[in-house]
Amino acid sequence: MTTMTTGDRLVDYDEVLTRYEPVIGLETHVELGTASKMFCGCATTFGAEPNTHTCPVCLGMPGSLPVANAAAVEATIRIGLALGCRIASWSRFARKNYFYPDIPKGFQTSQYDEPLCVAGHLDVEVDGREYRVEIERVHLEEDTGKNLHVGGSTGRIHGADHSLIDFNRAGIPLVEIVTRPVPGAGAKAPEVARAYVTELREIVQALGASDVRMEQGSLRCDVNISLNPIGALELGTRTETKNVNSLRSVERAVRFEMRRQAAVLDGGGRVVQETRHFHEDTGTTSSGRSKEEATDYRYFPEPDLVPLAPDADWIEQLRAALPELPAARRARLQQEWGISGTEMTWLANAGALGLVEQTVAAGASPGDARKWWLGDLARRANEAGTELAELPITPAQVAELSGLIAEGTINDKLARQVLDGVLAGQGGPAQVVAAQGLAVLGESDELVAAVEAAIAGAPDVVAKVQSGKVQALGALVGAVMKTTRGKADAGTVKRMLEERVLSS
Amino acid sequence: MSSISRDDVAHLARLSRLAVTDEELDRFAGQLDQVLAAVARVGEAAVADVPPMSHAVPLTNVLRADEVRPSLPRDAVLAGAPAAEEGRFRVPRILGEEE
Repeated sequence: MTTMTTGDRLVDYDEVLTRYEPVIGLETHVELGTASKMFCGCATTFGAEPNTHTCPVCLGMPGSLPVANAAAVEATIRIGLALGCRIASWSRFARKNYFYPDIPKGFQTSQYDEPLCVAGHLDVEVDGREYRVEIERVHLEEDTGKNLHVGGSTGRIHGADHSLIDFNRAGIPLVEIVTRPVPGAGAKAPEVARAYVTELREIVQALGASDVRMEQGSLRCDVNISLNPIGALELGTRTETKNVNSLRSVERAVRFEMRRQAAVLDGGGRVVQETRHFHEDTGTTSSGRSKEEATDYRYFPEPDLVPLAPDADWIEQLRAALPELPAARRARLQQEWGISGTEMTWLANAGALGLVEQTVAAGASPGDARKWWLGDLARRANEAGTELAELPITPAQVAELSGLIAEGTINDKLARQVLDGVLAGQGGPAQVVAAQGLAVLGESDELVAAVEAAIAGAPDVVAKVQSGKVQALGALVGAVMKTTRGKADAGTVKRMLEERVLSS
Repeated sequence: MSSISRDDVAHLARLSRLAVTDEELDRFAGQLDQVLAAVARVGEAAVADVPPMSHAVPLTNVLRADEVRPSLPRDAVLAGAPAAEEGRFRVPRILGEEE
C-alpha cells in the first residue's frame, strides 16, 4: 500500500522491509572546541558580532599564509584513536576547489586521499543487539562562513534579493567522520543510524574535543541511504540527506528515505543519486538542486601547508592520555550501581549518566541519585522543554537534598518544595530550607501545640479512638499536618497523638 | 597531439566562473596545451625511484599553538568589500545553488 505525502509516494515501513535491504552511511562534521581557528589565531567564540573574528588568513587575502593549529590536529588524532582508527604516518591537506560566497578563498582547505585517520569502527547497541559501524576515515578541514539571505519571505535562499556573509565561522576547525556503508541493520536501520550519532557525540564529548551541540551546528550530520532489492547482487543508488540537525531527525530521515525510495523502486523507477534536504517540521526530505558540477572539485595538495607526519611517540602519548570512553564507563557504572542494562540505557538516553555519577560522587546513594534525576527532575526538564543538564540545579545540590532527607531534616514532600526553591534560584537546598522554614518539625513546642489543638478541636474523634476505633486517629494526624503545612513527620505526629489520646 | 580540448577549457572556465568567448576558447586551448606539454617534460625525469613532491622544503608538522590572536577591526575587514550591510559582506542573489 502506498500513501501520498508532500508529493512523494511512500511505502508502509514494514512493507519496505519485505522487499528491500537498507544500507546506511553517515558523514558527521564536528566543529572542534579549540580557542583559535584552524589556520589563524582568530577566536572561535560562538555568537560574536558578525565579521569581528576575521583576519587576512581566514578571509583568504592574497599573500596570507596558513599555519595548522596543533590542538586541532591532536583532537583529530584523539577522535581517530577513540574510534580504533589507524593514524596515518603521512597526511596532507588538499584544496577542494569550488565557488560559493561563504568560502572566501575559492577553495576549502580539507583532506583528500591522505586523511589523518583511517579504518576504525564503532559498535552500537540497539534493543540488546550489537551493530558494528565501520569507520572509513576521519579527516580535518575548515568550516565555511554563514550566509544570511535577505528579501525572501522566510530567510531562505529561494526568492531572496541578496545575501549577507559573516566569516566568523570560516576557518573554524572541522573534523569529518565518514562511515563505510552499513548493511544488515534491516528494520533497525533508522535506530542504528541514531545510535551511531549518539555514541559518536558522547565519545567526542568525553574527549573534550567539541561541545557537540547539534542545535548550534557544532555537530552536523549527512545521512546516506540506499535500498537493495532483497537477493540482488548490485548495490542500490544512494541519496545524501543534509540538514539533519537532531538525533531524532537522523532516525526520521532514514525512515522517510527508505519509504520514499521503496515507492520509487516499486513503481519501476530509478532512485536519483542526489543531495536531499531534511525538513524538521514535516519529517520529509526534498530534492536539493545539486551544486553545479558538484563532483568536480579538482583536489590538489595544499602547497601552503607542509605534510603532517605524526610519529609513533606522539601517537602513543595521545593514546595514553585518552579518557575512559563512554562504553567502558557505562559498563563500569552499571556494575558499580548494580543496575540492569535497560536501566542503564534509560539513564544514558535521558542524558543523566554524568549527572547521576556526579551526584553519587557528592555523597548520594546511587538509588537516590537515579530517583531524583529520572523522576522529579526529568519531569521538570520535560515540562520546561529543556535538557536535564540545563536545569539550574547541580549534582552537588541534589546530593545535598538527598542528605537532608536521609538525616530527617526534611521529608519527600518537603523535598519537592525545596527543589522548587532551588530551581527558582533561591540558593542551595539547605539555604531554601532555612529561608522558607521547611524543615520537618521535631517534637517542638510548635508541634506539641498543633497536636493539642487537634485533640481539643475534635472531642468526637477522640472519643471514637478511645472506644477502640484506632483508625479514626488518621483524621487527627491529617489535622496536624494541615496546621503545620506538611512540615511535620507523620510518624512522629501519630506517636504524639497516641501518647496523649490513648493514655488518658 | 593536443592534450587539452576546447571543451575542457570551457568546462574549467565555467568552474572558475570566467566568461570566455569562443575566440578565447580556441586561443586558450592552444596556449594551455603548450603549458601542459612543457610541464609534462617533468615526467621524463621522474623515474620510478623519485617520489612525487608537493612541497619544496623537507618539513613536516609545522604547527602553531592554539592561542587566540587579535582579529582585524571590522571596518578594515569590510573596507575592501564592494558592498556591506549590517556588518556583513553583501553579495548578489545566489542563483542555481542549493540552500
